[in-house]
Amino acid sequence: MKLHELKVDQRALIVEVSGDDGIAIRLMEMGLTDGEEIRLIGFAPLGDPIEFLVRGYRLSLRKTEAERVEVTALVDSKL
Amino acid sequence: MIEKVPPKNLERTVAVIGNPNTGKSTLFTALTGVHSQIGNYPGVTVEKKLGWFEFEGQSIRLVDLPGTYSLSPRTIDEMVSVDVLLGRQPEVGQIDAVVCIVDASNLERNLYVVSQVLDLGLPTLLVLNMWDVAQERGIQINTEELAKRLGMPVIPCEAHRRKQIDLVRSAIVQASHSPKPNPPDIFPELFHEEGRKLQAEFLQFSNQTLPTYLVERLILDVGGQLEMELTKPNPEQLITRLKEARERLKVAQFRVPNIEAKLRYGWSRQILSGAMSVPEKRPAVVTDTLDRWLTHKFWGLLAFCLAMFIVFQSISWAAQPLMKICESGQKQVGEMIGSLLPFGPLRSLVVDGVIAGVGGILVFLPQICFLFLFIALLEDCGYMARAAFLMDKLMTKVGLSGKSFVPLMSSFACAIPGIMATRTIENRRDRMVTILIAPLMSCSARAPVYWLMVAAFFPSISWAGGWITLHGIMLFVMTFFGAIVAVPIAWLLKKTLFKGETPPFVMELPSYKIPSPRIVLHRVFDRASAFVMRAGTLILATSILIWSVSYFPSDHSEEQKVLENIRLTESMLASELEQKEQLSLEREKIGQTPPLDSKAIAEVDEKIAELDTRLQPLHLLFDTRNKISEQLLANSFLGRFGKAIEPVVKPLGWDWRIGVGVLASFPAREVIVATLGTIYSLGGDVDENSQGLQTALQSATWPDGRPVYSIPVAMSIMVFFALCAQCASTLMVIRRETNHWGWGVFTFAYMTTLAYIGAWIAYVVTGWLLAS
Repeated sequence: MKLHELKVDQRALIVEVSGDDGIAIRLMEMGLTDGEEIRLIGFAPLGDPIEFLVRGYRLSLRKTEAERVEVTALVDSKL
Repeated sequence: MIEKVPPKNLERTVAVIGNPNTGKSTLFTALTGVHSQIGNYPGVTVEKKLGWFEFEGQSIRLVDLPGTYSLSPRTIDEMVSVDVLLGRQPEVGQIDAVVCIVDASNLERNLYVVSQVLDLGLPTLLVLNMWDVAQERGIQINTEELAKRLGMPVIPCEAHRRKQIDLVRSAIVQASHSPKPNPPDIFPELFHEEGRKLQAEFLQFSNQTLPTYLVERLILDVGGQLEMELTKPNPEQLITRLKEARERLKVAQFRVPNIEAKLRYGWSRQILSGAMSVPEKRPAVVTDTLDRWLTHKFWGLLAFCLAMFIVFQSISWAAQPLMKICESGQKQVGEMIGSLLPFGPLRSLVVDGVIAGVGGILVFLPQICFLFLFIALLEDCGYMARAAFLMDKLMTKVGLSGKSFVPLMSSFACAIPGIMATRTIENRRDRMVTILIAPLMSCSARAPVYWLMVAAFFPSISWAGGWITLHGIMLFVMTFFGAIVAVPIAWLLKKTLFKGETPPFVMELPSYKIPSPRIVLHRVFDRASAFVMRAGTLILATSILIWSVSYFPSDHSEEQKVLENIRLTESMLASELEQKEQLSLEREKIGQTPPLDSKAIAEVDEKIAELDTRLQPLHLLFDTRNKISEQLLANSFLGRFGKAIEPVVKPLGWDWRIGVGVLASFPAREVIVATLGTIYSLGGDVDENSQGLQTALQSATWPDGRPVYSIPVAMSIMVFFALCAQCASTLMVIRRETNHWGWGVFTFAYMTTLAYIGAWIAYVVTGWLLAS
C-alpha cells in the first residue's frame, strides 16, 4: 500500500520511494529509506498535507508526495 | 550597514551549516553579536551573512550558510553553500573549518548533512543545540563517545539561553587551526573509483580539474544542479559517460540516487547506536499536546484565525497612535525648520522634499516594526511551520505552498514586511511569485484613497438598522479586490516565468519553544534597519525628484510674498488664532456629549463666527495661497506632463488633475490625497475626511462644464490604486530581496499595466451598469 493510505496512528515499514527526481531524493534525504518505520499522526484540517512520525521527528508531506512511498502496514497497531 | 571589525592578521574563516530549525542563526548571533554584515551572493537570491568575533587573541570570520537538510545541490541557490565550503566562492575565500549545528533532539536525521560535510575533509566541529529539548524528551547523549566516534569535538549548547557560547568559541578557534581530517568511509571503493575515472574524463573534455567532492556529487545527484551546469558545454560525451558510470554502479548494487540516503542513514545510526539512547515510548511533550489542538480540524483553524485577528487588531491598536505621532512630529519638525529658513527653493526642498520624504518612510515604520515583531515571534516559537501546514491546501490552488500564506497575509497591512518574510520559502520560484504578488494585497496606505472616493461619491445608504452600509461594503470589496486579482496573476506567473516541477512541500514540524526576546528584538531591529538604510536613501531620492518636478520651472516669487504675508498676519492675529483653537475644541466637546445643550452650542458658534470675521484677512490670504499653489503645480513640469498625458488617462475617465495626482503619488500612494488637495486649491494639508476636498471633487468640471467625477470615475480611481505599484519602498525592497533591479522594474510595469486595464474596465462597466 501507499503511505497516504495509512490510518491515523497506524504504523508501517517503508518498502521503497519510487522515482529518482527531486521529490524522491528529498524524501530519502529526510530519512524515508527502505526498512524504516513510519507512523501517520494526522491530517491537516483541509485534508492535506499529512503529518508523520519518522526517525523520531515529525514530518509533514503532501498527499501527492506520500503517494510516492510504498509501505507495508504493521499488524500490531490497530488501535 | 553595520561597521566591519577590522580583520586581524591571519583571520580564519569558519562556515556554519545545519538543518533548518536548529537555531543556527541564534547561535550565529550569540557568537558574533552586532559584528555582522548582510549582503547577497552575485546572481542568486541567497543572503550572504558574515560575522566576526575574537577569542583568545584569534579573530574569526563566520560565514552563515542557509539552513539545509542536505548538501546535494539541486538549484543555483543550493550550489552557493557547496561553493563556499569548497572555497570556490571568491567573495568568501578559503574555509578553514566548519561548524555543524544540529538539533540534539533529532540527531539521527541531523547527522545526514554532517556526513556530507565530513566528505569535504575540512576540520569540523559539532554543536548539539537544543540540549534542553533533548533532555525533556528523555534522550541521553554520551558526547564523549560521540566525539570519539566522529573524530571531532562535540559541544552541547543552548544558543537560545546563551549557554556554553564561550566553549563553542574556543572550539571554533581550535578547529580553525586543526589539520584536515580524513573523511569517513561511507561509500564503497568502487564508487570512488568511478569518481576518479569521471574526473579524468572531465579533465580531458574541458581542460578543467573538478574537485573530487563535486565529481562524486555529479554521480550521486541525478538531475541535480551540477549535472545541469557541467553537461551544458559538453553535453553528449559527459552525459554518456555519466550514465555509463551510474549503470556500472547499479550493476554492482550501488543504485543512485537511492543508495546515498541509505548508506548515510546507516552510518548515522551506527554512530549513534550506543552513544545515544531514546526512550522506548515517546514521552508526551508539550509540543505534541499543543499540536493536537493547534492542528485540529476545527480548533486549529479557529486558533489560526484568532492569531491573525490579534495581529491585525494590535497593529491598528498599537501602531496607529505611533503613526499619528510620527505624522505630527513630521509636521512640527517641518514647521520648526521652515521658520528658520527664508521662503524660497531651499526651504521648499527641505520641508516639502526632504522632511516629507523622510516622514513618508518613518510614518510606516511603526506598523512595519510591529509586523516584523509578529513575524519574528511566529517564526521563533515554531508556529510558522504550523501556519504553512494549515494553509497549504488552500495555497496549492494557486500553485503556491502554505509557506506563502503568512507573507501574503502580512501584506494586507504592508507589503514590505510581507516581502521580507518570504525568506522562509526555500523554493526560488515560489518565493519569487509570492514577492511579485504581495504588493497586490491591499495595504493600509490604500485605505485613505478608498475612503475619499467612497465618502465623496457613493450615497450613504444603510441596511439592517445601520449595521450594513454601502460605504462599508465598498471598502470591504476594495480591500479584497487586489487579493482576488492576485489569484490569476500567481497562476499566470507560475505557468510562464516561473514554471517548473512542483517543489516538494516536505517540511519538518519543529518543537514549539518560548520565543527569546533577545532574538526576536534583534531580528526586528535587523530587518527594520535594513529597510531604513537600504530602501530609505532611494525612497528619499525619489521623493526629492518628485518634489523638483512639481516645484520647477515656475516662478515662486508671488507665492513667497503671500507666504511672508501669512506669517506676518498670523503673528499679528496670534491671540485670535489661539482663542479660536480653544473654542473649536470646546465646541467639539459639547457637540459630542449628550444631552446636547443647544444654547451653549449656539453661544460658542457665535463666538467662533465673530473671531472668523476678525481672522478674515488671514482666510483671504490662505485662499490666495491655495490658488497660487494650484497654478504653480499646474505650470510645473509635473503639471505640464500631466496635461500632456491627459489623452492617455482620458479613457479611464480622468482629467489631467487626476493624472498629476497619480504621477505625484509614485513614491507613496497615499500622497494622492494631498496632491488633490493642492490641485483643487485647498492646500496640501487636507486628509481623506476633509469635507472641503470631498466637495471640491464633487464640483470639479471638465472645460465644457460636465462634472469630472462620477461613480464610474471614482471606481476607476479606486481600482487603479488597488492594482498599481505606487510605492517606491516596496519596489526597493523587491530589488533588495531578489538581488536584481529587474524585478522591481518588472513589478512596476506589470502592476501599472494591470491597474490601467483594470481602471478602464471598471470605468466602462460601471458606466454601463449605471446607464442600464
